[in-house]
Amino acid sequence: MSSRITLESVGQTFWVRGNDDKQLREFVALDSLDLDVAPGEFLTVVGPSGCGKSTVLDLIAGLAKPTSGRLAIDGKPITGPGLDRSVVFQQYTLLPWRTAQANIEFALEAKGGLTKKERAERARTYLDLVGLTEFAQRFPHELSGGMKQRVAIARSLSYEPQVLLMDEPFGALDAQTRERLQEELVRIWQRTGTTIVFITHDIEEAVFLGQRVAVMSARPGRIREVVPIELDRAGAGERDIRATREFADYRHHIWSLLREQNLSAPAPVDAEKELTHVA
Amino acid sequence: MSPSLLAEKTEARPNPRQEESVKAKGASPRRTRAVTATRGLLGVIAFLAVWEFAPRAGLVNDYFIPPFHVIARTWWEMMRDGELEKHIRASLIRSAAGFFAAIAIAIPLGAAIAWYRPVREFLQPVLEIFRNTAALAILPVFTLIFGIGETSKIAIVLYACFFPILLATVTGVATVDPQLLRSAKVLGLSPVATFRKVVFPAAIPTIFTGIRISGAAAILVLIAAEMIGATAGLGFLINYGNQNFLIPTMYAAILTTTVLGVLINYALIALERRFSRWRA
Repeated sequence: MSSRITLESVGQTFWVRGNDDKQLREFVALDSLDLDVAPGEFLTVVGPSGCGKSTVLDLIAGLAKPTSGRLAIDGKPITGPGLDRSVVFQQYTLLPWRTAQANIEFALEAKGGLTKKERAERARTYLDLVGLTEFAQRFPHELSGGMKQRVAIARSLSYEPQVLLMDEPFGALDAQTRERLQEELVRIWQRTGTTIVFITHDIEEAVFLGQRVAVMSARPGRIREVVPIELDRAGAGERDIRATREFADYRHHIWSLLREQNLSAPAPVDAEKELTHVA
Repeated sequence: MSPSLLAEKTEARPNPRQEESVKAKGASPRRTRAVTATRGLLGVIAFLAVWEFAPRAGLVNDYFIPPFHVIARTWWEMMRDGELEKHIRASLIRSAAGFFAAIAIAIPLGAAIAWYRPVREFLQPVLEIFRNTAALAILPVFTLIFGIGETSKIAIVLYACFFPILLATVTGVATVDPQLLRSAKVLGLSPVATFRKVVFPAAIPTIFTGIRISGAAAILVLIAAEMIGATAGLGFLINYGNQNFLIPTMYAAILTTTVLGVLINYALIALERRFSRWRA
Protein backbone atom coordinates (compact mmCIF):
# COMPACT_ATOMS: atom_id res chain seq x y z
CA MET A 1 0.00 0.00 0.00
CA SER A 2 2.61 2.52 -1.00
CA SER A 3 3.84 4.11 -4.16
CA ARG A 4 6.94 5.66 -5.67
CA ILE A 5 6.63 9.32 -6.57
CA THR A 6 8.92 10.83 -9.19
CA LEU A 7 9.26 14.48 -10.13
CA GLU A 8 11.46 15.21 -13.14
CA SER A 9 12.63 18.75 -13.92
CA VAL A 10 9.29 20.12 -12.78
CA GLY A 11 8.71 23.83 -13.33
CA GLN A 12 5.77 25.92 -12.25
CA THR A 13 5.09 29.53 -13.13
CA PHE A 14 2.11 31.65 -12.13
CA TRP A 15 0.72 34.86 -13.52
CA VAL A 16 1.03 37.71 -11.06
CA ARG A 17 0.13 41.37 -11.10
CA GLY A 18 2.66 43.64 -9.42
CA ASN A 19 1.45 45.45 -6.34
CA ASP A 20 3.20 48.65 -7.34
CA ASP A 21 3.23 48.79 -11.11
CA LYS A 22 0.07 46.69 -11.75
CA GLN A 23 1.91 44.92 -14.52
CA LEU A 24 1.09 41.35 -15.44
CA ARG A 25 4.15 39.11 -15.37
CA GLU A 26 5.27 35.59 -14.77
CA PHE A 27 6.46 34.38 -11.42
CA VAL A 28 8.67 31.31 -11.32
CA ALA A 29 7.64 29.27 -8.31
CA LEU A 30 9.51 26.09 -9.15
CA ASP A 31 12.37 25.63 -11.58
CA SER A 32 13.50 22.23 -12.86
CA LEU A 33 12.89 20.45 -9.61
CA ASP A 34 13.82 16.78 -9.29
CA LEU A 35 12.65 14.57 -6.49
CA ASP A 36 12.24 10.86 -5.97
CA VAL A 37 10.20 9.44 -3.13
CA ALA A 38 10.59 5.71 -2.46
CA PRO A 39 7.56 3.49 -1.76
CA GLY A 40 6.70 3.59 1.93
CA GLU A 41 9.13 6.38 2.62
CA PHE A 42 8.55 9.22 5.06
CA LEU A 43 10.02 12.26 3.34
CA THR A 44 9.96 15.72 4.85
CA VAL A 45 10.44 18.87 2.83
CA VAL A 46 11.82 21.92 4.55
CA GLY A 47 12.54 25.37 3.16
CA PRO A 48 12.16 29.08 3.70
CA SER A 49 8.67 30.51 3.40
CA GLY A 50 7.64 31.22 -0.15
CA CYS A 51 10.07 28.70 -1.63
CA GLY A 52 7.31 26.66 -3.26
CA LYS A 53 6.95 23.80 -0.79
CA SER A 54 3.18 23.89 -0.97
CA THR A 55 3.32 24.16 -4.75
CA VAL A 56 5.21 20.86 -4.87
CA LEU A 57 2.49 19.28 -2.76
CA ASP A 58 -0.32 20.72 -4.91
CA LEU A 59 1.36 19.25 -7.97
CA ILE A 60 1.69 15.78 -6.46
CA ALA A 61 -1.91 16.01 -5.25
CA GLY A 62 -2.98 16.86 -8.78
CA LEU A 63 -4.58 20.14 -7.73
CA ALA A 64 -2.33 21.99 -10.18
CA LYS A 65 -0.61 21.11 -13.43
CA PRO A 66 3.09 21.85 -13.86
CA THR A 67 4.19 24.33 -16.50
CA SER A 68 7.00 21.99 -17.47
CA GLY A 69 8.43 18.62 -16.46
CA ARG A 70 6.87 15.33 -15.48
CA LEU A 71 5.27 13.96 -12.33
CA ALA A 72 4.45 10.30 -11.95
CA ILE A 73 3.19 7.83 -9.38
CA ASP A 74 4.52 4.34 -9.96
CA GLY A 75 5.43 5.42 -13.45
CA LYS A 76 1.95 6.68 -14.29
CA PRO A 77 1.75 10.42 -15.02
CA ILE A 78 -0.28 12.49 -12.57
CA THR A 79 -3.16 14.13 -14.41
CA GLY A 80 -5.42 15.18 -11.57
CA PRO A 81 -6.51 14.39 -8.04
CA GLY A 82 -7.07 10.75 -7.23
CA LEU A 83 -8.01 8.60 -4.29
CA ASP A 84 -4.56 6.99 -4.35
CA ARG A 85 -3.34 10.23 -2.75
CA SER A 86 -4.75 12.25 0.09
CA VAL A 87 -3.88 15.64 1.51
CA VAL A 88 -3.92 17.09 5.01
CA PHE A 89 -3.83 20.88 4.88
CA GLN A 90 -2.61 23.26 7.54
CA GLN A 91 -6.03 24.81 7.94
CA TYR A 92 -8.46 22.29 9.32
CA THR A 93 -10.59 21.48 6.34
CA LEU A 94 -13.34 19.70 8.20
CA LEU A 95 -16.93 20.35 7.21
CA PRO A 96 -18.17 22.36 10.21
CA TRP A 97 -21.73 21.06 9.91
CA ARG A 98 -20.69 17.43 10.18
CA THR A 99 -19.57 15.60 13.30
CA ALA A 100 -16.07 14.10 13.52
CA GLN A 101 -17.39 10.72 12.42
CA ALA A 102 -19.53 12.17 9.63
CA ASN A 103 -16.51 14.06 8.34
CA ILE A 104 -14.67 10.79 7.86
CA GLU A 105 -17.77 9.27 6.29
CA PHE A 106 -17.71 12.19 3.86
CA ALA A 107 -14.41 10.94 2.43
CA LEU A 108 -15.78 7.41 2.25
CA GLU A 109 -18.90 8.63 0.43
CA ALA A 110 -16.58 10.18 -2.14
CA LYS A 111 -14.73 6.90 -2.54
CA GLY A 112 -18.00 4.97 -2.91
CA GLY A 113 -18.61 1.24 -2.84
CA LEU A 114 -19.43 1.04 0.84
CA THR A 115 -22.80 0.79 2.55
CA LYS A 116 -23.84 3.35 5.13
CA LYS A 117 -23.12 0.87 7.88
CA GLU A 118 -19.70 0.00 6.52
CA ARG A 119 -18.83 3.68 6.25
CA ALA A 120 -19.78 4.26 9.87
CA GLU A 121 -17.73 1.27 10.98
CA ARG A 122 -14.71 2.33 8.97
CA ALA A 123 -14.97 5.89 10.31
CA ARG A 124 -15.02 4.49 13.85
CA THR A 125 -11.94 2.38 13.18
CA TYR A 126 -9.97 5.39 12.03
CA LEU A 127 -11.17 7.56 14.89
CA ASP A 128 -9.82 4.83 17.16
CA LEU A 129 -6.52 4.97 15.31
CA VAL A 130 -6.09 8.67 16.15
CA GLY A 131 -7.42 8.22 19.68
CA LEU A 132 -10.69 10.10 19.28
CA THR A 133 -13.17 7.29 19.91
CA GLU A 134 -15.16 9.28 22.43
CA PHE A 135 -15.35 12.37 20.25
CA ALA A 136 -17.11 10.77 17.28
CA GLN A 137 -20.29 12.80 17.70
CA ARG A 138 -18.63 16.17 18.34
CA PHE A 139 -18.81 18.98 15.82
CA PRO A 140 -15.52 20.58 14.74
CA HIS A 141 -16.16 23.73 16.79
CA GLU A 142 -16.36 21.51 19.86
CA LEU A 143 -12.88 20.09 19.21
CA SER A 144 -9.47 21.60 19.94
CA GLY A 145 -7.05 22.39 17.11
CA GLY A 146 -5.07 19.20 17.70
CA MET A 147 -8.23 17.09 17.70
CA LYS A 148 -9.46 18.68 14.49
CA GLN A 149 -6.18 17.88 12.80
CA ARG A 150 -6.37 14.30 14.04
CA VAL A 151 -9.82 13.98 12.51
CA ALA A 152 -8.40 15.37 9.27
CA ILE A 153 -5.61 12.78 9.38
CA ALA A 154 -8.11 10.02 10.15
CA ARG A 155 -10.23 11.18 7.22
CA SER A 156 -7.23 11.17 4.89
CA LEU A 157 -6.24 7.66 5.94
CA SER A 158 -9.78 6.26 5.97
CA TYR A 159 -9.94 5.56 2.25
CA GLU A 160 -6.53 3.91 2.40
CA PRO A 161 -4.53 6.04 -0.01
CA GLN A 162 -1.06 4.96 -1.04
CA VAL A 163 0.38 8.42 -0.54
CA LEU A 164 -0.34 10.86 2.26
CA LEU A 165 0.58 14.45 1.49
CA MET A 166 0.79 16.81 4.44
CA ASP A 167 1.13 20.57 4.12
CA GLU A 168 2.40 21.93 7.44
CA PRO A 169 -0.40 20.06 9.22
CA PHE A 170 0.85 20.88 12.71
CA GLY A 171 1.84 24.47 11.99
CA ALA A 172 -1.05 26.04 13.87
CA LEU A 173 -0.77 23.86 16.98
CA ASP A 174 0.95 24.58 20.27
CA ALA A 175 4.35 22.97 20.88
CA GLN A 176 3.22 20.13 23.15
CA THR A 177 0.29 19.12 21.00
CA ARG A 178 2.54 19.24 17.98
CA GLU A 179 5.10 16.88 19.53
CA ARG A 180 2.41 14.44 20.55
CA LEU A 181 0.91 14.42 17.09
CA GLN A 182 4.34 13.96 15.52
CA GLU A 183 4.88 10.83 17.59
CA GLU A 184 1.42 9.61 16.73
CA LEU A 185 2.02 10.22 13.04
CA VAL A 186 5.23 8.15 13.10
CA ARG A 187 3.33 5.35 14.82
CA ILE A 188 0.54 5.49 12.24
CA TRP A 189 3.07 5.53 9.41
CA GLN A 190 4.80 2.45 10.82
CA ARG A 191 1.46 0.68 11.08
CA THR A 192 0.04 1.56 7.68
CA GLY A 193 3.23 1.73 5.59
CA THR A 194 1.83 4.66 3.62
CA THR A 195 4.25 6.85 1.67
CA ILE A 196 4.25 10.25 3.36
CA VAL A 197 5.44 13.58 1.98
CA PHE A 198 5.40 16.10 4.80
CA ILE A 199 5.96 19.82 4.25
CA THR A 200 7.20 21.97 7.10
CA HIS A 201 9.23 25.07 7.84
CA ASP A 202 10.27 23.66 11.22
CA ILE A 203 13.72 22.04 10.99
CA GLU A 204 13.28 19.96 14.14
CA GLU A 205 9.98 18.62 12.91
CA ALA A 206 11.59 17.71 9.58
CA VAL A 207 14.47 15.85 11.27
CA PHE A 208 12.26 14.13 13.80
CA LEU A 209 9.78 12.80 11.25
CA GLY A 210 11.69 12.24 8.04
CA GLN A 211 13.73 9.29 6.88
CA ARG A 212 15.09 11.84 4.47
CA VAL A 213 14.80 15.62 4.57
CA ALA A 214 14.62 17.48 1.27
CA VAL A 215 15.95 20.99 1.76
CA MET A 216 14.55 23.52 -0.70
CA SER A 217 15.99 26.80 -1.85
CA ALA A 218 13.82 29.80 -2.61
CA ARG A 219 13.08 31.67 -5.82
CA PRO A 220 13.07 29.76 -7.88
CA GLY A 221 12.16 26.73 -5.80
CA ARG A 222 14.60 23.88 -6.20
CA ILE A 223 15.72 20.93 -4.12
CA ARG A 224 19.07 21.98 -2.70
CA GLU A 225 20.01 18.81 -0.92
CA VAL A 226 18.34 15.65 0.31
CA VAL A 227 19.67 14.68 3.73
CA PRO A 228 19.19 11.07 4.84
CA ILE A 229 18.38 10.88 8.55
CA GLU A 230 19.53 7.86 10.49
CA LEU A 231 18.16 8.13 13.98
CA ASP A 232 17.28 5.37 16.39
CA ARG A 233 13.61 6.17 16.86
CA ALA A 234 12.76 3.15 18.99
CA GLY A 235 10.88 4.19 22.09
CA ALA A 236 10.27 7.74 20.93
CA GLY A 237 7.54 8.02 23.54
CA GLU A 238 9.80 7.71 26.58
CA ARG A 239 13.12 8.88 25.20
CA ASP A 240 13.76 12.48 24.18
CA ILE A 241 15.23 11.89 20.74
CA ARG A 242 15.45 15.60 20.13
CA ALA A 243 18.03 15.85 22.92
CA THR A 244 20.48 13.37 21.35
CA ARG A 245 23.77 14.39 19.78
CA GLU A 246 22.85 12.96 16.36
CA PHE A 247 19.60 14.89 16.30
CA ALA A 248 21.44 18.11 17.06
CA ASP A 249 23.96 17.42 14.31
CA TYR A 250 21.26 16.84 11.70
CA ARG A 251 19.40 19.90 12.84
CA HIS A 252 22.51 22.01 12.63
CA HIS A 253 23.45 20.70 9.20
CA ILE A 254 20.03 21.60 7.78
CA TRP A 255 20.00 24.90 9.62
CA SER A 256 23.36 25.74 7.99
CA LEU A 257 22.03 24.84 4.56
CA LEU A 258 19.07 27.16 5.02
CA ARG A 259 21.22 29.89 6.55
CA GLU A 260 23.73 29.80 3.67
CA GLN A 261 20.84 30.34 1.32
CA ASN A 262 19.63 33.27 3.30
CA LEU A 263 23.06 34.84 3.15
CA SER A 264 23.44 34.20 -0.55
CA ALA A 265 19.85 35.09 -1.29
CA PRO A 266 19.43 38.28 -3.26
CA ALA A 267 19.55 41.24 -0.92
CA PRO A 268 17.53 44.34 -1.85
CA VAL A 269 20.66 45.68 -3.60
CA ASP A 270 20.55 42.63 -5.82
CA ALA A 271 17.04 43.37 -6.99
CA GLU A 272 18.02 43.09 -10.65
CA LYS A 273 19.05 39.51 -10.29
CA GLU A 274 15.71 38.72 -8.74
CA LEU A 275 13.86 40.38 -11.56
CA THR A 276 15.53 38.11 -14.07
CA HIS A 277 13.96 35.17 -12.30
CA VAL A 278 10.63 36.88 -12.22
CA ALA A 279 10.64 38.09 -15.81
CA MET B 1 -17.50 50.23 38.34
CA SER B 2 -20.78 51.14 36.73
CA PRO B 3 -22.26 48.42 34.49
CA SER B 4 -21.25 50.18 31.29
CA LEU B 5 -20.15 48.50 28.07
CA LEU B 6 -16.54 49.25 28.98
CA ALA B 7 -16.79 47.47 32.33
CA GLU B 8 -18.69 44.58 30.78
CA LYS B 9 -16.31 43.89 27.90
CA THR B 10 -13.12 44.23 29.95
CA GLU B 11 -14.31 42.22 32.93
CA ALA B 12 -11.80 39.67 34.25
CA ARG B 13 -12.68 36.22 32.97
CA PRO B 14 -11.00 32.87 32.24
CA ASN B 15 -9.29 32.71 28.85
CA PRO B 16 -10.51 30.25 26.19
CA ARG B 17 -7.88 27.62 27.09
CA GLN B 18 -8.93 27.69 30.73
CA GLU B 19 -12.57 27.53 29.71
CA GLU B 20 -11.77 24.49 27.63
CA SER B 21 -9.83 22.72 30.33
CA VAL B 22 -12.69 22.99 32.85
CA LYS B 23 -15.35 22.49 30.14
CA ALA B 24 -17.23 25.60 31.22
CA LYS B 25 -17.83 29.18 30.12
CA GLY B 26 -16.93 32.27 32.11
CA ALA B 27 -19.97 33.78 33.86
CA SER B 28 -21.03 36.85 35.79
CA PRO B 29 -23.15 35.84 38.79
CA ARG B 30 -25.00 39.15 38.75
CA ARG B 31 -25.91 38.91 35.08
CA THR B 32 -28.67 36.35 34.70
CA ARG B 33 -31.40 35.67 32.22
CA ALA B 34 -34.03 36.56 34.81
CA VAL B 35 -32.57 40.03 35.31
CA THR B 36 -32.38 40.64 31.56
CA ALA B 37 -35.96 39.45 31.03
CA THR B 38 -37.27 41.51 33.94
CA ARG B 39 -35.65 44.68 32.63
CA GLY B 40 -37.13 44.05 29.19
CA LEU B 41 -40.57 43.45 30.63
CA LEU B 42 -40.33 46.66 32.68
CA GLY B 43 -39.52 48.56 29.48
CA VAL B 44 -42.65 47.23 27.77
CA ILE B 45 -44.80 48.00 30.83
CA ALA B 46 -43.41 51.54 30.96
CA PHE B 47 -44.30 52.05 27.28
CA LEU B 48 -47.87 50.77 27.78
CA ALA B 49 -48.25 52.93 30.89
CA VAL B 50 -47.33 56.05 28.91
CA TRP B 51 -49.82 54.99 26.22
CA GLU B 52 -52.53 54.49 28.85
CA PHE B 53 -52.03 57.59 30.95
CA ALA B 54 -50.86 60.24 28.48
CA PRO B 55 -54.32 60.42 26.78
CA ARG B 56 -56.10 60.20 30.12
CA ALA B 57 -54.08 63.05 31.54
CA GLY B 58 -54.87 65.11 28.47
CA LEU B 59 -51.27 65.27 27.28
CA VAL B 60 -52.41 63.99 23.86
CA ASN B 61 -55.80 64.03 22.19
CA ASP B 62 -57.58 60.88 23.38
CA TYR B 63 -59.64 60.75 20.21
CA PHE B 64 -56.60 60.28 17.98
CA ILE B 65 -54.62 58.28 20.50
CA PRO B 66 -57.07 56.41 22.73
CA PRO B 67 -55.75 54.91 26.00
CA PHE B 68 -54.30 51.44 25.63
CA HIS B 69 -57.16 49.64 27.41
CA VAL B 70 -59.64 50.89 24.80
CA ILE B 71 -57.55 49.40 22.03
CA ALA B 72 -57.03 46.16 23.93
CA ARG B 73 -60.79 45.84 24.40
CA THR B 74 -61.53 46.56 20.74
CA TRP B 75 -58.86 44.03 19.73
CA TRP B 76 -60.40 41.38 21.96
CA GLU B 77 -63.90 42.01 20.60
CA MET B 78 -62.73 41.84 17.00
CA MET B 79 -60.87 38.65 17.78
CA ARG B 80 -63.98 37.10 19.35
CA ASP B 81 -66.39 37.86 16.52
CA GLY B 82 -63.92 36.53 13.92
CA GLU B 83 -63.53 39.89 12.17
CA LEU B 84 -59.82 40.09 12.81
CA GLU B 85 -59.23 36.48 11.90
CA LYS B 86 -60.64 37.06 8.43
CA HIS B 87 -58.19 39.87 7.78
CA ILE B 88 -55.23 38.05 9.32
CA ARG B 89 -55.94 35.05 7.15
CA ALA B 90 -56.17 37.15 4.00
CA SER B 91 -52.86 38.85 4.75
CA LEU B 92 -51.06 35.70 5.80
CA ILE B 93 -52.06 33.77 2.69
CA ARG B 94 -50.81 36.53 0.40
CA SER B 95 -47.58 36.98 2.36
CA ALA B 96 -46.87 33.28 2.55
CA ALA B 97 -47.58 32.73 -1.16
CA GLY B 98 -45.18 35.50 -2.20
CA PHE B 99 -42.59 34.60 0.40
CA PHE B 100 -42.38 30.90 -0.46
CA ALA B 101 -42.46 31.60 -4.19
CA ALA B 102 -39.51 33.95 -3.67
CA ILE B 103 -37.58 31.26 -1.79
CA ALA B 104 -38.31 28.70 -4.47
CA ILE B 105 -37.06 30.95 -7.28
CA ALA B 106 -34.31 32.98 -5.61
CA ILE B 107 -32.25 30.17 -4.09
CA PRO B 108 -31.66 28.14 -7.29
CA LEU B 109 -31.13 31.30 -9.31
CA GLY B 110 -28.73 32.73 -6.72
CA ALA B 111 -26.78 29.49 -6.65
CA ALA B 112 -26.50 29.49 -10.45
CA ILE B 113 -25.40 33.12 -10.47
CA ALA B 114 -22.70 32.49 -7.89
CA TRP B 115 -21.53 29.23 -9.45
CA TYR B 116 -21.01 30.43 -13.02
CA ARG B 117 -18.84 33.51 -13.28
CA PRO B 118 -20.14 34.58 -16.73
CA VAL B 119 -23.75 34.38 -15.51
CA ARG B 120 -22.82 36.43 -12.46
CA GLU B 121 -21.05 39.08 -14.48
CA PHE B 122 -23.93 39.22 -16.95
CA LEU B 123 -26.72 39.53 -14.39
CA GLN B 124 -25.11 41.52 -11.59
CA PRO B 125 -25.69 45.03 -13.01
CA VAL B 126 -29.30 44.23 -13.97
CA LEU B 127 -29.98 42.81 -10.52
CA GLU B 128 -28.42 45.88 -8.96
CA ILE B 129 -30.89 48.04 -10.89
CA PHE B 130 -33.88 45.97 -9.78
CA ARG B 131 -32.69 45.73 -6.22
CA ASN B 132 -32.61 49.48 -5.92
CA THR B 133 -36.08 49.88 -7.36
CA ALA B 134 -38.40 50.07 -4.34
CA ALA B 135 -41.04 47.36 -4.36
CA LEU B 136 -43.82 49.86 -3.70
CA ALA B 137 -42.69 51.99 -6.63
CA ILE B 138 -43.38 48.99 -8.84
CA LEU B 139 -46.82 48.37 -7.33
CA PRO B 140 -48.69 50.44 -9.96
CA VAL B 141 -46.96 48.41 -12.65
CA PHE B 142 -48.08 45.16 -11.07
CA THR B 143 -51.59 46.53 -10.71
CA LEU B 144 -51.64 47.41 -14.41
CA ILE B 145 -50.40 43.98 -15.40
CA PHE B 146 -52.18 41.72 -12.91
CA GLY B 147 -55.18 43.85 -11.98
CA ILE B 148 -56.10 44.77 -8.41
CA GLY B 149 -56.82 41.18 -7.33
CA GLU B 150 -54.73 38.72 -5.38
CA THR B 151 -52.12 38.21 -8.10
CA SER B 152 -50.72 41.72 -7.97
CA LYS B 153 -50.42 41.59 -4.18
CA ILE B 154 -48.67 38.24 -4.18
CA ALA B 155 -46.44 39.53 -6.98
CA ILE B 156 -45.38 42.56 -4.97
CA VAL B 157 -44.54 40.40 -1.94
CA LEU B 158 -42.61 38.06 -4.22
CA TYR B 159 -40.69 40.99 -5.63
CA ALA B 160 -39.85 42.39 -2.20
CA CYS B 161 -38.79 39.01 -0.80
CA PHE B 162 -36.86 37.96 -3.87
CA PHE B 163 -33.80 40.19 -3.72
CA PRO B 164 -32.70 39.71 -0.11
CA ILE B 165 -32.79 35.93 -0.59
CA LEU B 166 -31.13 36.09 -4.00
CA LEU B 167 -28.28 38.29 -2.83
CA ALA B 168 -27.76 36.26 0.34
CA THR B 169 -27.60 33.07 -1.73
CA VAL B 170 -25.08 34.61 -4.13
CA THR B 171 -22.93 35.76 -1.20
CA GLY B 172 -23.27 32.48 0.68
CA VAL B 173 -22.31 30.35 -2.30
CA ALA B 174 -19.57 32.65 -3.57
CA THR B 175 -17.84 32.98 -0.20
CA VAL B 176 -17.56 29.27 0.54
CA ASP B 177 -14.17 28.48 2.11
CA PRO B 178 -11.79 27.67 -0.78
CA GLN B 179 -10.00 25.16 1.47
CA LEU B 180 -13.19 23.12 1.67
CA LEU B 181 -13.41 23.17 -2.11
CA ARG B 182 -9.81 22.05 -2.39
CA SER B 183 -10.41 19.13 -0.06
CA ALA B 184 -13.49 18.18 -2.07
CA LYS B 185 -11.31 18.26 -5.19
CA VAL B 186 -8.68 16.08 -3.53
CA LEU B 187 -11.43 13.55 -2.83
CA GLY B 188 -12.36 13.61 -6.51
CA LEU B 189 -15.91 14.83 -5.83
CA SER B 190 -17.94 15.74 -8.92
CA PRO B 191 -19.10 19.37 -9.24
CA VAL B 192 -22.69 18.33 -8.48
CA ALA B 193 -21.65 16.38 -5.39
CA THR B 194 -19.39 19.23 -4.30
CA PHE B 195 -22.29 21.64 -4.55
CA ARG B 196 -24.69 19.34 -2.72
CA LYS B 197 -22.35 18.23 0.06
CA VAL B 198 -20.04 21.20 0.53
CA VAL B 199 -21.17 24.46 -1.04
CA PHE B 200 -24.86 24.45 -0.25
CA PRO B 201 -24.60 23.40 3.41
CA ALA B 202 -21.90 26.03 3.88
CA ALA B 203 -24.17 28.68 2.37
CA ILE B 204 -27.28 27.86 4.41
CA PRO B 205 -26.60 30.23 7.34
CA THR B 206 -26.02 33.14 4.96
CA ILE B 207 -29.11 32.24 2.94
CA PHE B 208 -31.12 32.26 6.14
CA THR B 209 -30.08 35.82 6.87
CA GLY B 210 -31.69 36.76 3.56
CA ILE B 211 -34.79 34.71 4.36
CA ARG B 212 -35.18 36.50 7.67
CA ILE B 213 -34.96 39.92 6.04
CA SER B 214 -37.55 38.74 3.51
CA GLY B 215 -39.86 37.51 6.25
CA ALA B 216 -40.05 41.04 7.62
CA ALA B 217 -40.37 42.54 4.14
CA ALA B 218 -43.24 40.19 3.24
CA ILE B 219 -45.52 41.67 5.91
CA LEU B 220 -44.27 45.22 5.50
CA VAL B 221 -44.84 45.49 1.77
CA LEU B 222 -48.12 43.64 1.85
CA ILE B 223 -49.63 46.02 4.40
CA ALA B 224 -48.79 48.94 2.15
CA ALA B 225 -50.18 47.15 -0.90
CA GLU B 226 -53.39 46.30 0.90
CA MET B 227 -53.86 49.93 1.87
CA ILE B 228 -54.04 50.87 -1.78
CA GLY B 229 -56.49 48.39 -3.19
CA ALA B 230 -58.08 45.55 -1.23
CA THR B 231 -61.30 44.49 0.43
CA ALA B 232 -59.68 42.39 3.13
CA GLY B 233 -56.39 42.14 4.94
CA LEU B 234 -54.72 44.01 7.77
CA GLY B 235 -53.54 46.86 5.53
CA PHE B 236 -57.08 47.31 4.29
CA LEU B 237 -58.35 47.27 7.88
CA ILE B 238 -55.90 49.98 8.97
CA ASN B 239 -56.90 52.19 6.08
CA TYR B 240 -60.60 51.43 6.53
CA GLY B 241 -60.44 52.29 10.23
CA ASN B 242 -58.63 55.50 9.47
CA GLN B 243 -61.04 56.70 6.79
CA ASN B 244 -64.16 55.87 8.79
CA PHE B 245 -62.87 57.33 12.05
CA LEU B 246 -62.88 53.89 13.68
CA ILE B 247 -59.68 54.87 15.48
CA PRO B 248 -59.54 51.93 17.97
CA THR B 249 -60.08 49.49 15.08
CA MET B 250 -57.18 51.08 13.23
CA TYR B 251 -54.88 50.70 16.25
CA ALA B 252 -55.99 47.12 16.81
CA ALA B 253 -55.05 46.31 13.22
CA ILE B 254 -51.68 48.05 13.56
CA LEU B 255 -50.96 46.14 16.75
CA THR B 256 -51.85 42.89 15.02
CA THR B 257 -49.34 43.52 12.23
CA THR B 258 -46.68 44.20 14.86
CA VAL B 259 -47.40 40.98 16.72
CA LEU B 260 -47.46 39.08 13.43
CA GLY B 261 -44.08 40.54 12.46
CA VAL B 262 -42.53 39.63 15.82
CA LEU B 263 -43.89 36.08 15.64
CA ILE B 264 -42.64 35.52 12.09
CA ASN B 265 -39.21 36.86 12.98
CA TYR B 266 -38.90 34.62 16.02
CA ALA B 267 -40.12 31.60 14.09
CA LEU B 268 -37.47 32.23 11.44
CA ILE B 269 -34.77 32.74 14.07
CA ALA B 270 -35.71 29.44 15.70
CA LEU B 271 -35.58 27.72 12.32
CA GLU B 272 -32.24 29.35 11.56
CA ARG B 273 -30.81 28.06 14.84
CA ARG B 274 -31.93 24.57 14.01
CA PHE B 275 -30.12 24.70 10.69
CA SER B 276 -26.95 26.30 12.03
CA ARG B 277 -26.41 24.33 15.21
CA TRP B 278 -22.95 23.43 13.94
CA ARG B 279 -21.79 27.01 14.17
CA ALA B 280 -19.89 27.95 17.29
